[in-house]
Amino acid sequence: MKKSYKIDVDCANCANKMEAAAQKTEGVKNASVNFMMLKMNVEFEDGADPRAVMENVRKNCRRVEADCEVYL
Amino acid sequence: MSRKQKKMLIRILTAAVMLIVLSVIPVKGLARFVLYMIPYLVIGYDILWKAVNGVKNRQVFDESFLMAVATVGAVALAVYEKSGDYTEAIAVMLFYQIGELFQSYAVGKSRRNISELMDIRPDYANIEKDGKLERVDPDEVGIGTVIIVQPGEKVPIDGVIVEGTSTLNTSALTGESLPRDAKAGDEIISGCINMTGLLKVRTTKEFGESTVSKILDLVENASSRKSRSEEFISKFARIYTPAVCYGALALAFLPPVVRMAALGLSPDWETWIYRALTFLVISCPCALVISIPLSFFAGIGGASKAGILVKGSNYLETLSRTKTVVFDKTGTLTQGVFEVNGIHHSPMENEKLIEYAALVESASSHPISRSLQRAYGKPVDRSRVQDIREISGKGVTGKVDGVEIAAGNDKLMDSLGIPYIGCHSAGTIIHMAVNGTYAGHIVISDAVKPHAREAVQALKAAGVEKTVMLTGDGQKAADQVARELGIDQVYSGLLPAGKVEKVEELLQSQSPASKLAFVGDGINDAPVLGRADIGIAMGAMGSDAAIEAADVVLMDDDPLQVAKAIRISRKCLRIVYQNIIFAIGVKGICLILGALGIASMWLAIFADVGVMILAVLNAIRALFVKNL
Repeated sequence: MKKSYKIDVDCANCANKMEAAAQKTEGVKNASVNFMMLKMNVEFEDGADPRAVMENVRKNCRRVEADCEVYL
Repeated sequence: MSRKQKKMLIRILTAAVMLIVLSVIPVKGLARFVLYMIPYLVIGYDILWKAVNGVKNRQVFDESFLMAVATVGAVALAVYEKSGDYTEAIAVMLFYQIGELFQSYAVGKSRRNISELMDIRPDYANIEKDGKLERVDPDEVGIGTVIIVQPGEKVPIDGVIVEGTSTLNTSALTGESLPRDAKAGDEIISGCINMTGLLKVRTTKEFGESTVSKILDLVENASSRKSRSEEFISKFARIYTPAVCYGALALAFLPPVVRMAALGLSPDWETWIYRALTFLVISCPCALVISIPLSFFAGIGGASKAGILVKGSNYLETLSRTKTVVFDKTGTLTQGVFEVNGIHHSPMENEKLIEYAALVESASSHPISRSLQRAYGKPVDRSRVQDIREISGKGVTGKVDGVEIAAGNDKLMDSLGIPYIGCHSAGTIIHMAVNGTYAGHIVISDAVKPHAREAVQALKAAGVEKTVMLTGDGQKAADQVARELGIDQVYSGLLPAGKVEKVEELLQSQSPASKLAFVGDGINDAPVLGRADIGIAMGAMGSDAAIEAADVVLMDDDPLQVAKAIRISRKCLRIVYQNIIFAIGVKGICLILGALGIASMWLAIFADVGVMILAVLNAIRALFVKNL
């Protein structure tokens, strides 16, 4: 399953870090952050609950870049 | 400017003014330190705060952390050396923030710019209810509903016109500024602007499936498909920061230790620590990281404005390396519509001959007869024609205004015993006989598009080395078109599967660095579009199949757009490489000069922010594609 989320982040490198953090989150098969459109496209593992996974994605993103937001 | 940016601007101005004022106030000692810490905290408190958080989260290579270490270190050195030179630390923070502000402003601006370019999203649809117009969300309009489009409004949903005539401005979709006429019965595509008359349109699709939604979706998602340059730069960024940090660490400790132990000199700690701090100032890879996706984003945005939809940054990159362009013939280089292309050996006026041909063929619905009638251009008065006799496989005979006319192929002339003159042109030949004497022949063939020849030349000028044409047509017709257009290689008589094979052969014969593009009309060639390095579909106005199958979609069916797309991609990639080389180069030079003690922290931050600003401005250039 694939979903797209709006995000907010100030710098391009921070967006790259968010991408790496999201990819490492459990339940995420693949994630890509589009800094120019401020969008995060997430592909979930089969059977993962997107809502719960995304909470963790947000937490992990905040860890690498305090000043970011993922709108769920 | 957003509120966040305004706040930052105020902080920058405040700190700058304070710094200037402080530089003329002669204070010494602790008072000086305390006074100088005010602008430092004004400009840098958030960085310091983020640095603390970064450490908590074990993010040692966080930019904020590194900036904090560099500036706090500089302040500490100033205190230790009792020089009282705190200006440097504040200036570093100040320039860093100016750079960040500029970056966020420029990115926000180009985001807005591009969404304005793509401002084709309709906000509402009009539905007539009890004689009154009602505005509804286009999402809620079902298939088959009649919507009303007033002059000046955007067509919100694809459909068929049931009532009214108007002219449509399609420039937002195709980049073509010439308006199109529309009348009842015509298909109409969402995203066009209705210019003159009121139109009633019966929708044939839902909003989500309409052209405008598809295009927006495509463009918005395009920058998610990353190019190799982007991958390279994000990998580089991941190594760059840690490498510079370890470099700084080594610079701070190794030379002093070597000086002490091996050379017996004084360790000179302050100098080396200062040089190490200069390293940290240049450790942020942001200039690089921002300018590359921004260039692609601007390139894709500029291309969509010109009616060229590129589905991803990676495709833009591939497109720029195209060396071979393979065309499908029908519908791409030629109109795909049969037309009268020549009248030879006619003793009478061409118009008269066409008139006879159109009238005598008027009973037939064959494409040939239709193209004759198009060439005639006037309504056919059937009452002028008598005794029509169709001779299957040969042609037609009949009487037009009482004159005996025969129109058909060689066999017809043979059977009527009329000597005829053969034709060297490719296409369908219709011999004409009037009152039993030969009256010349009409050549009907698929007409070459008006810009096709120019398009092939433009491709060559844009650096394409080989042009190839694939067609299902016979060799004679194919060779003639190829000669006329200046195409290098022709493969004729191909079935759809044969086209895939040919493309595969061509793919194998080229060097891995050069790429092959296939241009088709998207109708029968989806497999070939998919097989080529890059598939370009043409004339996508309303063709879903084309939008799905291709990597690059040309909204217009003008073959010149192919060359334009390549030129846009080349410009964009040129900018990308300029930025990569420029940014990495300047950083490298700064690192070397910093290590040698030639570049101060001032110069380092100045160069860093300067590179970023120039790279961002350069990236935005990719947006301007009009004169390409």
